[in-house]
Amino acid sequence: MNPVNYLYLAALLFTIGATGVLIRRNAIVVFMCIELMLNACNLAFVAFSRMHGNLDGQIIAFFTMVVAAAEVVVGLAIIVSLFRTRHSASVDDASLMKL
Amino acid sequence: MMTHLAAYTTSTGEAFQFWVLGTVAVIGALCTVFMKKAVHSALCLAGTMIILAVFYLANGAYFLGIVQIVVYTGAIMMLFLFVVMLVGVTAADSLKETIKGQRWLALLCGAGFGVLLLAGLGNASLKEFDGIGQANANGNVEGLASLLFTKYVFAFEITGALLITAAVGAMVLTHRERTERAKTQRELSEQRVREGTHVPPLPAPGVYARHNAVDIAGLLPDGTPSELTVSKTLRERGQVRDVSAEALNDLHALEQRAEERLERTAIEPATFKRPEEASK
Amino acid sequence: MENLIALLIAAPLLGAAVLLVGGRRLDAVGHWIGTLLSFVSFVIGVVLFADLLGKGAEHRTLTQHLFSWVPVAGFQADVTFRLDQLSMTFVLLITGVGSLIHLYSVGYMEHDERRRRFFGYLNLFLAAMLLLVLADNYLLLYVGWEGVGLASYLLIGFWQHKPSAATAAKKAFLVNRVGDMGLSIAIMLMFTTFGSFAFGPVLSHAGDASEGRLTAIGLMLLLATCGKSAQVPLQSWLGDAMEGPTPVSALIHAATMVTAGVYLIVRSGAVFNAAPDAQLAVTVVGAVTLLFGAIVGCAKDDIKKALAGSTMSQIGYMVLAAGLGPIGYVFAIMHLVTHGFFKAGLFLGAGSVMHGMNDEVDMRKYGGLRRYMPVTFVTFGLGYLAIIGFPGLSGFFSKDKIIEAAFAKGGTDGWILGGVALLGAAITAFYMTRVMLMTFFGEERWKNQPTRSPEAPSAEPAAEHQGEHAEPHPHESPKVMTIPMIVLAVGSVLGGGFFSIGDRFLHWLEPVTGYSEGHSPVGAWTVTGATMVCLIIGVGIAWAQYGRKPVPAVAPRGSLLTRAARRDLLQDDFNHVVLVRGGEHLTRSLVYVDHTLVDGVVNGTAAGFGGLSSRLRRVQNGFARSYAVSMFGGAALLVAATLLMRAV
Repeated sequence: MNPVNYLYLAALLFTIGATGVLIRRNAIVVFMCIELMLNACNLAFVAFSRMHGNLDGQIIAFFTMVVAAAEVVVGLAIIVSLFRTRHSASVDDASLMKL
Repeated sequence: MMTHLAAYTTSTGEAFQFWVLGTVAVIGALCTVFMKKAVHSALCLAGTMIILAVFYLANGAYFLGIVQIVVYTGAIMMLFLFVVMLVGVTAADSLKETIKGQRWLALLCGAGFGVLLLAGLGNASLKEFDGIGQANANGNVEGLASLLFTKYVFAFEITGALLITAAVGAMVLTHRERTERAKTQRELSEQRVREGTHVPPLPAPGVYARHNAVDIAGLLPDGTPSELTVSKTLRERGQVRDVSAEALNDLHALEQRAEERLERTAIEPATFKRPEEASK
Repeated sequence: MENLIALLIAAPLLGAAVLLVGGRRLDAVGHWIGTLLSFVSFVIGVVLFADLLGKGAEHRTLTQHLFSWVPVAGFQADVTFRLDQLSMTFVLLITGVGSLIHLYSVGYMEHDERRRRFFGYLNLFLAAMLLLVLADNYLLLYVGWEGVGLASYLLIGFWQHKPSAATAAKKAFLVNRVGDMGLSIAIMLMFTTFGSFAFGPVLSHAGDASEGRLTAIGLMLLLATCGKSAQVPLQSWLGDAMEGPTPVSALIHAATMVTAGVYLIVRSGAVFNAAPDAQLAVTVVGAVTLLFGAIVGCAKDDIKKALAGSTMSQIGYMVLAAGLGPIGYVFAIMHLVTHGFFKAGLFLGAGSVMHGMNDEVDMRKYGGLRRYMPVTFVTFGLGYLAIIGFPGLSGFFSKDKIIEAAFAKGGTDGWILGGVALLGAAITAFYMTRVMLMTFFGEERWKNQPTRSPEAPSAEPAAEHQGEHAEPHPHESPKVMTIPMIVLAVGSVLGGGFFSIGDRFLHWLEPVTGYSEGHSPVGAWTVTGATMVCLIIGVGIAWAQYGRKPVPAVAPRGSLLTRAARRDLLQDDFNHVVLVRGGEHLTRSLVYVDHTLVDGVVNGTAAGFGGLSSRLRRVQNGFARSYAVSMFGGAALLVAATLLMRAV
């Protein structure tokens, strides 16, 4: 098997995650889909690392994880405070910018 | 040439593992997107992430594989579950689209993007690889560490600052400053008396022979449910169940059977519907 | 000696400044300050004149460079004065007649509360006019030109409490603006043609420019002349300008303002000489105005308006002469000077009559005044004889020369112009005789006429009569008023003869304006004889109509022409119909075009964008997911573009 299949898988997962972001209204699920996209990227990096035979890809994946962790912390805090004020976790409810 | 090529293909075991677990991962991802309940989505995502961790391991990224399980599946997904529970574990989202054309546009973009990515990958003709063996010669963790603390040391340090900022930010966002002293019970009761509303304690939720739950509203004398009897949290989550209609329907059925038994003329059957159903 | 030139202007300017800035503390002496400074200017003028006379004819041009006004590369405007024979003539006329009018005004305006201000304006008028005639370039001339316009506005509207006076002032100012436009365009054309607007370069290089250019400049200068000198078609302001105090009318008609146009044409003679079409236009304008003014003068019962029509007609003579080219320049100026004398005298006489008649201006309410105002009668009568061209008096010499010159133009033009000039002489004789007869002869129609003229303003000099419903008591005016009249009468009697005998005036002006003897198809004595015949016919008809028969106190209905002439030959109706209505229609149609076309385009654009935005607005629905779709679509496009670029 050619390791490039991992890349195909990563692309597929990324696309599914992105579509999920667009389709789902629940902020938590949207956030999960974003995590899915990040993980897909990580998989691609790891696969690249293997293809190129050096560890830089894994380092990038590592940093991605750290940043994702920070992001999740802040993002979930935002969702919690949003829920507190609006009693809803729907991203469509926060549409104050429309006319 | 042969030895070179050997590094480019994976073992059959890995191929088997890829095809099986890859399928599961895609299904998990799809379930994440399409599950109605957030908690199910979270569980499916956790499964996908574990499979990704296995793939990391298979690709020689041993450290990352472990970190994926510990940090992502262990910490981040648990954080998700906490929030899901805070919002309401049983709340199911309607997957009905409210924005006109959003779903079609999203699917179109997604399909287009995916096809483009796959086409690009297929077009790239990636056939020659080095393999990770050389890089992992001194051990994966050691290799990562030597890179992390030499080449990427500044990025690493900055990551620390990022994490601290994120922690502080989360606290600032979720922490509510209490600007005044909390009212004591005495003060609250005095306020109630002053305002003349609900001087006695609030009424209890519905307690019936068959339904004995805090999420069922008590009935007023005219048979309508009173929201006051249910906890505020449940009310806000929309998790109040209403059994008054069921009970009244049951009562009605009982009466009808009694009529039949007594061979009286049937009264016009009145059906009671739940208010929300009626409104649909 | 050159340094005195600036003082000519400075004296009246100082007077204007002192009187207008000085405030009420100068009320007691203000009029004497103004008169004194005017005489100072006259004395300086006389000194300079003596100096010029002492030089050879070729050296009689003095220039004084005061300062650089607009020193820009390629655009040099200096405040430089030029005193030559032409300017000198005007300076003497302006300061001389102007000073006499100042003196007269001391008496005439005696009872006016705002006499100091009046003298300030008079001084300003003199200063502006002197600047106009002394300027060495057209831009500086333009300053004086506008200054004259301003001063005339202030003086015509001096009795601003009368709405008619305020309107007349505005009318004069507005009509003058049209002419000013012509002058400014002419100056711009000069600058583009000659690269300068100083007299020297423009006039000496006039022959080098293309004729079309010169014709354009000439026509624009003619437009300026029409505005300032009240020539057809911009004549309508002159009659209404009679709303001003009578000395102002005298000043405007005799010494300043209306003469400016003639000066402009004569000064720009080199331009006109090279542009025959423009010259022809000038003569046509002059001839038309000559008849126009004369006809209007025949029909007016208001003594001042009759004189105003006469002025228009006489200026028409001058413009006609100026349009004849070198044949006529000298005679235009000569007639201007003699006219300055007798017309000032006539106006001052009219003012004197009004002064004695409770400011009554309607000649039908005069009559038989010669017994009550002997001095006024004699001076007015001499002025009358001068203007109709009685042999030996000044008008005889100057007007006769113009008629001769008109015939001398040659060809059909000459015959037509000459005929018009002769006809004008006859009409002049008629209407002036009419004025004379109605005012000083006949029965005393003012008796049993106790009411004052409704037009008379409360602040007219005869304010002591205010409120009295007694019949007027005609009386002679005080000495301060009669002396200037006497001096002017002497000038009107002797001026023409003095200038003409030995061709003094001709030799004096010839170096500046040039002169060429015309070849008249009819002999000089024939012209004189024809003029005499016309004169006698005019006087005779007037005698038959107003001398033998009593003059009705209420004007008869009259023929169509008379009625039209009473309405200034429908000049205002014409202006109203053509300009006002036309302007209104133009404005309305422009507004319509603005509303439909311009606003349509603008609003259409706005509406188009509005519609587009209200459709595009739906894209901005506030839902984060919608925005995410666009982002994602953009990302897809980026991937597609990348792939495409790699494929290419």
